[in-house]
Amino acid sequence: MIKKVRPHLNQDEALLFERSSPGKRAYQLRGLDVPDVDPAAALGASHVRAEIEHFPEVSEVEAIRHFTKLSTQNYAIDYGMYPLGSCTMKYNPRINELVARTEGIAWAHPYQPESLAQGCLQVLAALESALIEICGMDAVTLQPAAGAHGEWTGIMLIRALLESRGNPRKRILVPDSAHGTNPATAAMTGYAVENIASNDRGMIDLAALDRAANDEIAALMVTNPSTLGIFEENIMKAAEILHSRGALVYMDGANMNALVGLARPGDFGIDVMHLNLHKTFSTPHGGGGPGAGPVAVKKELDAFLPVPRLKRLGETLALDYDRPQSIGKVRAYYGNFGVLVRALAYILAHGGPGLRNATLDAILNANYIRKQLEPYYDLPYKSPSMHECVFSDDLQSAKGVRTGDIAKRLIDYGFHPYTVSFPLIVRGALMIEPTETESKMELDLFIDAMISIAKEVENEPETVLKAPHLTRTSRVDEVTAARKPILRWTPPAEG
Amino acid sequence: MYSDQYRYTKEHEWVLVDGPTGTVGITHHAQSELGDIVYVDLPKAGALVTQGKAMGSVESVKAVSDIYSPVTGEVVEVNNALVTAPEKLNEDPHGQAWLVKVKLSSPDEVNGLMSASDYQSYIGAS
Repeated sequence: MIKKVRPHLNQDEALLFERSSPGKRAYQLRGLDVPDVDPAAALGASHVRAEIEHFPEVSEVEAIRHFTKLSTQNYAIDYGMYPLGSCTMKYNPRINELVARTEGIAWAHPYQPESLAQGCLQVLAALESALIEICGMDAVTLQPAAGAHGEWTGIMLIRALLESRGNPRKRILVPDSAHGTNPATAAMTGYAVENIASNDRGMIDLAALDRAANDEIAALMVTNPSTLGIFEENIMKAAEILHSRGALVYMDGANMNALVGLARPGDFGIDVMHLNLHKTFSTPHGGGGPGAGPVAVKKELDAFLPVPRLKRLGETLALDYDRPQSIGKVRAYYGNFGVLVRALAYILAHGGPGLRNATLDAILNANYIRKQLEPYYDLPYKSPSMHECVFSDDLQSAKGVRTGDIAKRLIDYGFHPYTVSFPLIVRGALMIEPTETESKMELDLFIDAMISIAKEVENEPETVLKAPHLTRTSRVDEVTAARKPILRWTPPAEG
Repeated sequence: MYSDQYRYTKEHEWVLVDGPTGTVGITHHAQSELGDIVYVDLPKAGALVTQGKAMGSVESVKAVSDIYSPVTGEVVEVNNALVTAPEKLNEDPHGQAWLVKVKLSSPDEVNGLMSASDYQSYIGAS
């Protein structure tokens, strides 16, 4: 039974381009009280854009209504549970926003002299030291703008260290339970990728790792916990194998929200790792704001970190560009500063014990869902779950219903779908990550919905196969959209 | 469905050897597991491919997967029709939707691949 949602009026909205009529304006400024300047004469004609064809012209109220209507057609963490596994869609506390809007922070300029930017530099320094403590590492750069950017930066650091030792080596090992971005990162940094198969418990096969780890291997890229939500219990042995061959261990910290306050990667053999502040540390995702993917390293990689680095001169902080071994800049200025502020606010609001509690609650929530849904959905790997659990659609596919169909039906029940068909080592995966945000009440609604869908698959599979039914549009044709995408609006033909 | 004339890989490709040339494709089982295929990336004519190594990729609405070459040799012909009509890989993976033709540099290596009956038991089909 659907308990969480019911239909309500939801207004249609055209594209802004289609609302446009020539000459409409929003707020109108008074005429200039200084002499007008011809921008082409002042800047050079090549720097001045000509009229943008079909640029929409609407009034203020039309613009406001347009975006407000679109927002009602969306789903967000502020509506309800968003169990999109691997993405850690936790609530973004409003205190973070309050802090980020503090005048001195919000209006800071990147070219402000260091003497007038001490507060901002203190924010960066405080966040660096908090992340160093949380990860058990020696140094951190806050510059990378997202997780994959962090990975790229981290592997470039490994390349720089190995080059300084005389040989950058050729290949990077990636377990088949890793994030999809890991092999992409290895390829982007000029390394060949070699896959390592998982064993039947969903963990790295140490014997396979031992065979593969020769002197051509630069690093192992490991996601821990893995995309199965399973902690690599042999991580220290894996790290020993790599280190004994002169290679390094990179950890994708996308799942760090399962470890904060419980285990420190620096203590279990990790040399380089990134964090996703927009996952573990509650800053907004995607359209809600840019991400941040700080990279933490052990001492031996410190010299290669991107410039500038924070430098303490007595009581004051300065930016140090004089780092001859640095891989250079990876981001304009000092990274996505506003995001960094929010992450520090989150860390300070929680404190150490609070962060640890958040981790424990995230793990508890995932295991509660696992236990409740195990009678209804196949659980391919029985190893203990951390912050997420991964089912397969094995029981449902016998009726012709696949994970994507169940996900579409879940929308009718008022939830954002879980992650579909990933990780790839599970056939028809349902990857569910509740995060610590959700109360038992919301978790129970989700569990009821999933059980109800499992029963529908048994009794009326067509209902699931044709879902969603309660949304504005019925099931969209994703295949045609991918094969023949329409990427630009074009005006209708005249007449 | 699985012709005895073809040999099959564990990664779900097939090869049909005709004299010095092998025609390569992905299996019916592969397309069915991938779901609707929306994009194919193939090597160019003249490229060298190696048995067991990635030679291209196929993208479905679910995932991007590597295509591993079942043979070693030089690509002599590419089925460019798939670039504009990737859905052919779902419709006729063992026929019209062949991927490339390879001039075999070590024809014996196909003997190490699976027969139709071995492949069917490998994928659990009866």
